[in-house]
Amino acid sequence: MESTTPTGAPAVDPAHDASSDAASAEFDAVIAADGRIEPRDAMPDAYRKTLVRQMSQHANSEIIGMQPEGNWITRAPSLMRKAILMAKVQDEAGHGLYLYSAAETLGTSRAEMTDALLAGTARYSSIFNYPTPTWADMGAIGWLVDGAAIVNQVPLCRCSYGPYARAMVRICKEESFHQRQGFEILLTLSRGTAAQHEMAQDAVNRWYAPSLMMFGPPDADSSHSAQSMAWKIKRFSNDELRQRFVDMLVPQAEALGLTLPDEGLRWNEQRGHYDYGELDWAEFKAVLRGEGQCNAQRLTHRRRAHEDGAWVRAAASAYAAKQAAKDDARQEVSAA
Amino acid sequence: MTEQAVTQQAANGPATGTTSSPSSAVDRRDIAEYALRLGDDALVLAQRMGEWVSHAPELEEDVALTNIGLDLLGQARALLGYAGSLTGRTEDELAYFRSDLEFRCAHLMCLPRGDFAATIGRMLVVAAYQWELYERLSESADETLAGIAKKAVKEVAYHLEHARMWTLRLGDGTDESHRRIQVAIDDLWPLVDELFRTDDLEQRLATAGIAVDSSALRGPFDAVIDPILAEATLTRPDVPAAAGGGRHGRPSEHLGHLLAEMQVLARQFPGASW
Amino acid sequence: MSGSAGGGAAVDGTAGAGSAGGSADPGRSAVPEKAWPLWEVFIRPSRGLSHTHAGSLHAADATMAIANARDLYTRRAEGVSIWVVRSADLVASSPDEKDALFDPAGDKIYRYPTFFTASEGVPGL
Repeated sequence: MESTTPTGAPAVDPAHDASSDAASAEFDAVIAADGRIEPRDAMPDAYRKTLVRQMSQHANSEIIGMQPEGNWITRAPSLMRKAILMAKVQDEAGHGLYLYSAAETLGTSRAEMTDALLAGTARYSSIFNYPTPTWADMGAIGWLVDGAAIVNQVPLCRCSYGPYARAMVRICKEESFHQRQGFEILLTLSRGTAAQHEMAQDAVNRWYAPSLMMFGPPDADSSHSAQSMAWKIKRFSNDELRQRFVDMLVPQAEALGLTLPDEGLRWNEQRGHYDYGELDWAEFKAVLRGEGQCNAQRLTHRRRAHEDGAWVRAAASAYAAKQAAKDDARQEVSAA
Repeated sequence: MTEQAVTQQAANGPATGTTSSPSSAVDRRDIAEYALRLGDDALVLAQRMGEWVSHAPELEEDVALTNIGLDLLGQARALLGYAGSLTGRTEDELAYFRSDLEFRCAHLMCLPRGDFAATIGRMLVVAAYQWELYERLSESADETLAGIAKKAVKEVAYHLEHARMWTLRLGDGTDESHRRIQVAIDDLWPLVDELFRTDDLEQRLATAGIAVDSSALRGPFDAVIDPILAEATLTRPDVPAAAGGGRHGRPSEHLGHLLAEMQVLARQFPGASW
Repeated sequence: MSGSAGGGAAVDGTAGAGSAGGSADPGRSAVPEKAWPLWEVFIRPSRGLSHTHAGSLHAADATMAIANARDLYTRRAEGVSIWVVRSADLVASSPDEKDALFDPAGDKIYRYPTFFTASEGVPGL
């Protein structure tokens, strides 16, 4: 038996890197049998690194993703909407925490992941660098952004890494309400006054293409996809998921009474899918480079919250240490 | 009474429901005004808690503060819904289409969010006050108020515990945190007294067994707060009480700004559905 | 919500925030901050069931760990009781020992009622 924790940093042990042949064969066998890899199993170093990168990016996205919607909490137009929005943004914090928790099982601490995010060396989803100037953006984010996220996330519930898959099961369960509430916001606006309808259409116009780009570059240009699919971290390609999403959107847009801003959108009888127009990957790359409207703003916000909280975290640590010392002293007295 | 029943009853109001006051001598407008006072306290505080989202010192605390904000918002909706049912208005009409002069919240609720110490200091005071209040109000002769209070008392008990633990951590943590929480308590203390001032309306309702006499809560409040401050190595401020006036249409200077933000969208589209 | 979940939208490269790879690091003070310890959380979903591992979280002390677990893991009434334990205090078996620990149980078929067939059809057995 070892006393290393089941979730904390595994001891540096060659057996944990699947470099030894036996360990490597065992890892391959588990993956081939569609089994789950658990935290302290031997695994290839690259598998571990890929997972830490993906899970921390995913967690960072949830945390940064609180901002565009948090932007409307104090101005939500009804008390019910305010409550729903607060609960939703709170869920995002929760989902970020589930994911950081899952990532920590691979030996990377939350502090390291936070530092990387704040230093700008870790990624989060580019979609959150777009602004939310109107209330209708709350609807469009729910319907389109969360919609795309769910299409992405459902297959992750079967991801080969156990803690990630389990976190995703929980997240998917909780997140199905997010897309519905977004749809409901848009539907109410679409059926509201002319100005409200226009607000809804404008938001859909702005979020449609970015939400399609959330699935990542076309398969031909996607650098990590093949390996991730072989490891069963990823189950479907970027383009497969994007297609699934577009097919889902078309009838939903009709139900909303809103149009999708895509002239290339039409039913393809032969493929049994909707064709869609070229996406502006130059814009995608520009936002990725930091040229989106809110890149700097989002990180500054996060850094400030972290810095402003430093004295609070320090106080809690100091108090805990004092209490622990008192407990020790009490025990010594009672032992004597 | 379940939450649903409370909401339902608040929506129906005494005209159709089985509520409420045992005595027909009680003026429904008095009850509505009383519910507004409690509801506005909860609403304005919920708004301040909403300002914390994505700004908390740690992610776990972000989730915790939002939970508290959601509790307060739920209380506000139940109370405003009830006040509205007595006067023919909806919760949203009351929240979004009254001016600061028409709000009835205590000045303490309106203080800006401030740093984490200011938030914890206020939460401690308000939760201790609300806990004493709701515990007694859950015995109210007005079934709707009693139902709302029965649910709220469990929520504010949690808020009080959360605030108590953080007051201890900040007070007995580092020099910096001790300084900040003491400043926070000092700054808000002049506004504490207003919570415990009664008036004719409240006395009329208290006599009828409907409202709680605020002035009777001060002793029990002190008995809760003083030991917490002492354990946290904090000094209870000895400062003059501010004039207040929040319950009577003399609002805090901060309220207008808070409402400007909260109401801006709703007022751009009067009559719209969301 | 998450965009990069599929491993798509986020690709390797430099920072997305305009800072070219973290030369400045304003999130850190000169003295590195000591992070709150990690706790494992176990939730009893309802009376009659045992506690099940829900995940982990960070908290400065046990009281905070329980409170954080309540706010994080029971927002939708998922529990009636919470256990927390510092992750560092949890002792686990090693995957390297799993053959020695668990394989020997694999061939003890006489531990299962299905091994005993002579009593088939006899009432009450």
